[in-house]
Amino acid sequence: MQLEQILQYSFSGLSTGAIYALIGIGFSIIFNATGIINFAQGEFVMLGGMLTLFFLEVLQLPLWAAIPCAVAVSALAGMLFERLAIRPLRRPTPLNLVIITIAGSILIRGLAMLLWGKDTHAIPPFSGDQPISIAGATVLPQHLWILAITLLVIAVNKFFFYHTISGKAMRACSYNRRAAGLVGIDVRRMVLLSFIISSVLGSLAGIIVAPLTMTAYDVGIMLGLKGFCAAIIGGMSSGVATVVGGLILGVLESLGAGLISSGYKDAIAFVILLLILFVRPQGLFGKAESERV
Amino acid sequence: MRRDLLKFLLFAVAILVAPLAFKGGYLMNVLVFAGINTMLAVALNLLLGYAGQISLGHAGFFGLGAYLSGILTATYGWNAWLAMPLAALAVGMLAGLIGFPILKLKGHYLAMATLGLGIIIYIVFNETVDLTGGPSGFSGIPNLAIGSLVFDNDLKNYYLIWAFTLAVVLFCLNLARSRVGRALRAVHDSEVAARVMGVNARILKVQVFALSAVISSLAGSLYAHTMTFVSPASFGFNFSVELLTMVVIGGLGSIYGSFLGAALLTLLPELLRGAQDYDILIYGGLLMVMVMFLPGGLVRGIPDLFRKLAGRGEGAGNA
Repeated sequence: MQLEQILQYSFSGLSTGAIYALIGIGFSIIFNATGIINFAQGEFVMLGGMLTLFFLEVLQLPLWAAIPCAVAVSALAGMLFERLAIRPLRRPTPLNLVIITIAGSILIRGLAMLLWGKDTHAIPPFSGDQPISIAGATVLPQHLWILAITLLVIAVNKFFFYHTISGKAMRACSYNRRAAGLVGIDVRRMVLLSFIISSVLGSLAGIIVAPLTMTAYDVGIMLGLKGFCAAIIGGMSSGVATVVGGLILGVLESLGAGLISSGYKDAIAFVILLLILFVRPQGLFGKAESERV
Repeated sequence: MRRDLLKFLLFAVAILVAPLAFKGGYLMNVLVFAGINTMLAVALNLLLGYAGQISLGHAGFFGLGAYLSGILTATYGWNAWLAMPLAALAVGMLAGLIGFPILKLKGHYLAMATLGLGIIIYIVFNETVDLTGGPSGFSGIPNLAIGSLVFDNDLKNYYLIWAFTLAVVLFCLNLARSRVGRALRAVHDSEVAARVMGVNARILKVQVFALSAVISSLAGSLYAHTMTFVSPASFGFNFSVELLTMVVIGGLGSIYGSFLGAALLTLLPELLRGAQDYDILIYGGLLMVMVMFLPGGLVRGIPDLFRKLAGRGEGAGNA
């Protein structure tokens, strides 16, 4: 096996891994605020891609305008989801929450299919598709966009959670919801906010990956699950651990697909997921009590 | 006790005479599927409704039963009556083995892990092309036969499938009422309390998981032998969700509820033929409405709803 090939696989693995990381952070933000694993997270990824396409082709907006519009509509969808499905739940047992978020994901997917049909669509890359050569491996400009945007998002995320009042309030909720409520934090608002933030992150991931992998009404399932894998590897932290988790997953998957078999590419992620759940459910880097949010 | 038996006999008789009302035709075929789905829903309900452990991977066990039975009979020329129990045994053992680590997980984590398991199985169906025919499917599976009686039309299949389904229903009704059933409910309500009372919760959960996989595998084998063709598309994540929907709609922890949910969800797409593509929308909507407004499922929810409506009528000022 040539070194160049391995390098090539690693590069593409890093950029898909960055996508998984973004989705994974969305999972952990909601999990930390509410204890819910949002099975509909992948659907927001799909919404990101499909909405961008909609604004580009139907409304003829330029890309720089279509992206924020798509993110805004996804955020709205996330907000509606929390208000209409999660909040009214009278007995929020884990089982009910699993079922309601699965139901939500099916509904969103169904609506997307109704609106936009079953075809797969391509979104143009942000800045051309002229490959760039790095150390013998080639990289598409989109790969660099993905890495750059992911880094930016993580920086903003960090700033939000550690240097703004709302971010600190959300962290307080994740440590102890009752105590947070007692000191005057509106816990319900924070839960709503967590859904909005994670749908924004998800849709962003969907938008930046769409030029590479195409988008369709049902791409959300797999991307969502991979994102969850990343979150699990990272121990449900919304920081660096999940990013590293996503990158590890992306690279392993890409190497596995290249060196073993591309057909089993998706299976690799799930085998990793199962192994981690069995052996270290607290994540690769977590002590039993890891830093949350 | 006697009332339960009476209820079951009524149910069995209704199933027996149903074909008279429908006089064959396309609907018979749908009713065959209703039987298979009932079996699957009852199996999942044992795990979900009684033991409180979610699984989003049951389509995988269903598929394993179908493929094992299909491959053993069509490729290796086994007798189907031998292949079916063997497939069930193998699937049960697999589930038992995986059950130990997987059932240590709870709630959302268990859901995700079983989902991952189901998807891995699905991918294996697609990728082991030499064995399963891959995405294009596996055909030439023989029908079941007893002597010269070959189960090769819808009516015969109806009675074949429902004989098995009734047996499974009876078995599960008995199980639910037995000591084991009570232990399961105890585990559902509080695992710690159940442990204190001397229930070995860990082993019990694995046993139920394996049992429900065995029943699912059996349903899969029957499906393979009635359809004579299987393809991975029938055993994906969507079908696991469909099964979950059946159990939830019918009512968690109610065997007859599972029948109701399975029958409803099998018939619904047929009734809404025009809405062919919207079925996922309907499943999603139904699931959401059920969890939000009828968390007990149809079996408990409808009487409750009536009571509530009646109550509201009487005490309008108090609400």
